Amino acid sequence: MTAERGIASSAAGSGRIPRWAPWAAILGTAVVLAAILTLIGFNIALLLVGTAVFSTVAIYLWARAVEGHRQGLDRAITMGISSLFALAMVPLISLLWTVASKGIDRIDVEFFTTSMRGVINDGGGILHAMTGTLIITSLATLASVPIGIMAAVYLHEYGKGKLKKILTFFVDVMTGIPSIVAGLFAFALFAIFFGPGIRMGVMGSVALSVLMIPIVVRSTEEMLRVVPDGLREASFALGVPKWRTVTKVVLPTAMAGIVTGVMLAVARIIGETAPLLITTGAFSSVNLNPFSGRMDNLPVFAYNQYRNPGVPPEPFIERAWAAALVLILIVMVLFLVARFISRRYGTELR
Amino acid sequence: MTAPVSNPVSPNSGVARRIDVKNLNIYYGSFLAVKDVSMTIQPNKVTALIGSSGCGKSTFLRSLNRMHELVAGARVEGSVTIDGVDIYAPTMDPVVVRRQIGMVFQNPNPFPTMSIYDNTAAGLKLNSKRMKRSQMDTIVEKALRGAHLWEEVKDRLDKPGSGLSGGQQQRLCIARATAVEPEVLLMDEPCSALDPIATLAIEDLIDELKQKFTIVIVTHNMQQAARASDMTGFFNIEHSGDPGQLIELDETEKIFSNPVHQETEDYVSGRFG
Repeated sequence: MTAERGIASSAAGSGRIPRWAPWAAILGTAVVLAAILTLIGFNIALLLVGTAVFSTVAIYLWARAVEGHRQGLDRAITMGISSLFALAMVPLISLLWTVASKGIDRIDVEFFTTSMRGVINDGGGILHAMTGTLIITSLATLASVPIGIMAAVYLHEYGKGKLKKILTFFVDVMTGIPSIVAGLFAFALFAIFFGPGIRMGVMGSVALSVLMIPIVVRSTEEMLRVVPDGLREASFALGVPKWRTVTKVVLPTAMAGIVTGVMLAVARIIGETAPLLITTGAFSSVNLNPFSGRMDNLPVFAYNQYRNPGVPPEPFIERAWAAALVLILIVMVLFLVARFISRRYGTELR
Repeated sequence: MTAPVSNPVSPNSGVARRIDVKNLNIYYGSFLAVKDVSMTIQPNKVTALIGSSGCGKSTFLRSLNRMHELVAGARVEGSVTIDGVDIYAPTMDPVVVRRQIGMVFQNPNPFPTMSIYDNTAAGLKLNSKRMKRSQMDTIVEKALRGAHLWEEVKDRLDKPGSGLSGGQQQRLCIARATAVEPEVLLMDEPCSALDPIATLAIEDLIDELKQKFTIVIVTHNMQQAARASDMTGFFNIEHSGDPGQLIELDETEKIFSNPVHQETEDYVSGRFG
């Protein structure tokens, strides 16, 4: 590098490294590292991390020599960030692969159409767990959505002064409640009236509501904030009273976003295990009445199958993995539907 | 002391009103924004309010339909009467006042979830006016024709209001405001977000509308005031942080050629502002 100042010296180095250079660097480093590690003791983690680190260094030196200092740094940072991203993806991919490969064995028609009633060993299914999850989550949603949306409307459209600050603070606190605490609250509440042995589907719904309401409030508030004030002003200028402005102008405009927020809240709570363990209990048959008796659900089912397998343990473990896989699939579908709604029905607000 | 008559077809009497402002002081909390304004706004005429930024024109305009008090802590002292009716009387419901005074804003704001038809009829629909579909059709067509938008949208009345160009959206907002046949139409810099062609269309429209309504328009653009208005009021502010004041109100011709106050002369000839 010459010491000249001016445009001439800031031009890039003599050439460019080839397009395939980053891949070559990764591959080359991996091969070399693998060779070294085979000699001293192979370790996949070391290979991955080492490749990430050393290929970054390699591409930096290569690019710097050929293209110039700034380009070299740019390529090195790009490589570094990409490697970190890849490393972060490893546990996620590993998890999905594990659950899918272990759970797929039991994905069959029997699994979705039978419960565990009378099943000692083989066979059985999650019909009771799925209906349980559906009922419990639906009840929780039915309670949380109106309360959450109305609270958000109050906080954003009407609230002012001390009361608003206090409420906002408590909503923030509620977002951080550990799920087991929500479960204990529901358990204690019902134990007052029914004694400590009580287990009901609706108790689980209460616990999940406590977790869901603050999420709905927060996301609805965000969506209300996005609605431009100009729309409210236009409505007021027409002589529309405030409550009608909120119900006929503001809420419809924010509705797609609110629905997306609700679906994401459902996806969050559908897999909560701790509160349901102590409130709904487990049960081997289908129970469609949330107000009477234990009601099994997917997360609790998976937990119990894994924790207390019979002899031999294999069918139980398989069922546990399959139930976990079904749960992941349900959450994925909810996310996809939420994105679809948001894209299709979201109004473009200027 | 005529109160507006409401009937099922048109909620207002459709008669242009005269506005008398006496000693109006407008406050934001304890800050005096507009000081001691007294003026008369003539019916069936276009009154333009001009002046440099921040001298209270928009604040004054908003106090005429009680939109100003939507800001927390905002209040007025003094009186504003429309054909003798005090709109700030303690018994007067601001919502009722706003139904009789229409407002068009600087940035077009059609309701994005509603169709063009629903947008135009919003003043009626949102206030739950029950009427036959055919009656509402008539009102919507009349308002859109009046805003010179009918020909362009008559085939797509059920398409969303946000799918139009800027000029068309502003005309839609004007149609929305005129559909309820308000007695006064307030316009806060209606053309500042539009291109010259759209601006010309709207100015022509204002000229037609004044035959039916009283129009007050705030504008930054002196040439627009000179073109489009019958009366012009000049607002000014002494120093930043002082309240805005009405310096002079007179026929447009006079303001622009031979104003009484030196400040006015300085402003219209471009020496400041």
